[in-house]
Amino acid sequence: MIRSALLIAKKDLYSELKTKQVLATMIIFAGLVILVFSFAFDPANNTTKAVIPGVIWVIIVFSGILGLNRSFISEQRNDTMQGLMIAPMDASSIFLGKFLANFSMMLVVELVSLPFLFLLFDFQMYGGFGYLILVLMIGSFGFISIGTFLAALAANSKSSEMLLPLLLFPVTSPILIGAVQATKIILTNIEKLSSAMAWIQLISAYDVIFFVLCFILIENVLEV
Amino acid sequence: MIEISKLIKKADNKLILRGIDLKIGKGETVAILGPNGAGKSTLLKVLATLIKPTSGLVKINGLELRNNQMKIKKLQGYLPHSSLLYEHYSPLENLVFFGNLYGIKNAEEKAVELVKEVGLSFFLNEPVKNFSRGMIQRIAIARAIIHEPPLLLLDEPHTGLDQGAISILNNVILSMKAKGTTTLMVTHDFKQAADICDRIVIIKNGKVADDFRMEEKALDTVSEKYQLQVEGVS
Ligand SMILES: Nc1ncnc2c1ncn2[C@@H]1O[C@H](COP(=O)(O)OP(=O)(O)O)[C@@H](O)[C@H]1O
Ligand SMILES: [Mg+2]
Repeated sequence: MIRSALLIAKKDLYSELKTKQVLATMIIFAGLVILVFSFAFDPANNTTKAVIPGVIWVIIVFSGILGLNRSFISEQRNDTMQGLMIAPMDASSIFLGKFLANFSMMLVVELVSLPFLFLLFDFQMYGGFGYLILVLMIGSFGFISIGTFLAALAANSKSSEMLLPLLLFPVTSPILIGAVQATKIILTNIEKLSSAMAWIQLISAYDVIFFVLCFILIENVLEV
Repeated sequence: MIEISKLIKKADNKLILRGIDLKIGKGETVAILGPNGAGKSTLLKVLATLIKPTSGLVKINGLELRNNQMKIKKLQGYLPHSSLLYEHYSPLENLVFFGNLYGIKNAEEKAVELVKEVGLSFFLNEPVKNFSRGMIQRIAIARAIIHEPPLLLLDEPHTGLDQGAISILNNVILSMKAKGTTTLMVTHDFKQAADICDRIVIIKNGKVADDFRMEEKALDTVSEKYQLQVEGVS
């Protein structure tokens, strides 16, 4: 099962490497968000530090949606989804493979855009760098796993581009609220680390529950 | 090889398959004929595990379809109307990907060999999106047989092929047949049906209307019986 999932993830990422369409869109979007925010909030002003946690998650959520939308729509051309469904593997392998591909792309976007954000706003980290990475990882993990599942669900509908965000926001809002709060504490108020950890635990629990749920339920979503 | 009994498929309150009974032995090459909308593609999709039957029993190689999906998927090579190929990928990359999904060893070697067999070696590394309909169809066939399945389900494989490609396809089917492969082929091309199949099943309105063996590549018999069932006496 893991093997098939890796094959699918590799296939998606390699295909992305060839076309660069999705990743380029995601990164350009992230760059635009950062630029617009730097116009709106003077980077030299100290109070603008407060908006940075918000900006980080705006980037993740919206560029994430751009990627997620393509994830299953791209399998509609030539009905390649059928090709995956008739192959000898479980539906959960397809989910896992798609999740891995989406998650890797998300990480690439974060890796490119967040240093740019910190540079532009001249942001100094006072320790807690490890915690920031942790929040980013588990937050993105939950967001992308639920997003991958809902993208599969929405792909069968004609207006999937609209449907996905509509479904995604309510379900992932606990993750997003927790992630923004935890990020804010880590970036601006590291002394209160214990309350950030409480948020992190909440997100982790949510992640695990929903990942398992998506993993089990995907079979019912992928039917033709 | 295949046992279908009382197979019914309903979609949107509409009966698409209304009680199909069919037994197909190992090594048979069966052509499925019938007018548009008769339910031929739906029948193949049920066999390919893509859609679930509403009721009825389907057994492949003695395995019940519902409970042995994984084993059955390995036994089948399915070629639907669409190519199931990734456009940005070359034939080689497509075939290696699917070969690996089916867990075959030395997928790359096998892929190169198959591309050669369908006469497209020259285009081995070109992206599929630049191919003509006939070339895509040939790669699609290679995709369907990469794991050497003992059962082939082909949905109108001859559509859009030129004479050369048709004979390549027929040779592929015949050489699979020589290895003991069972083939189910939906087609509108009576000549191909008469040439390479040893049994004809005519489906009309979701039911088997006629089912007979072919002798001596009798093209006339096929068209005669088809007209009788489909266009003729009402
Ligand atoms: N998912 C579906 N929902 C409703 N009707 C369908 C569906 N798939 C096929 N049909 C209908 O079933 C009939 C048979 O379709 P099909 O099996 O594709 O015919 P053909 O014999 O031409 O391959 C058609 O009338 C088609 O409109
Ligand atoms: Mg059809």
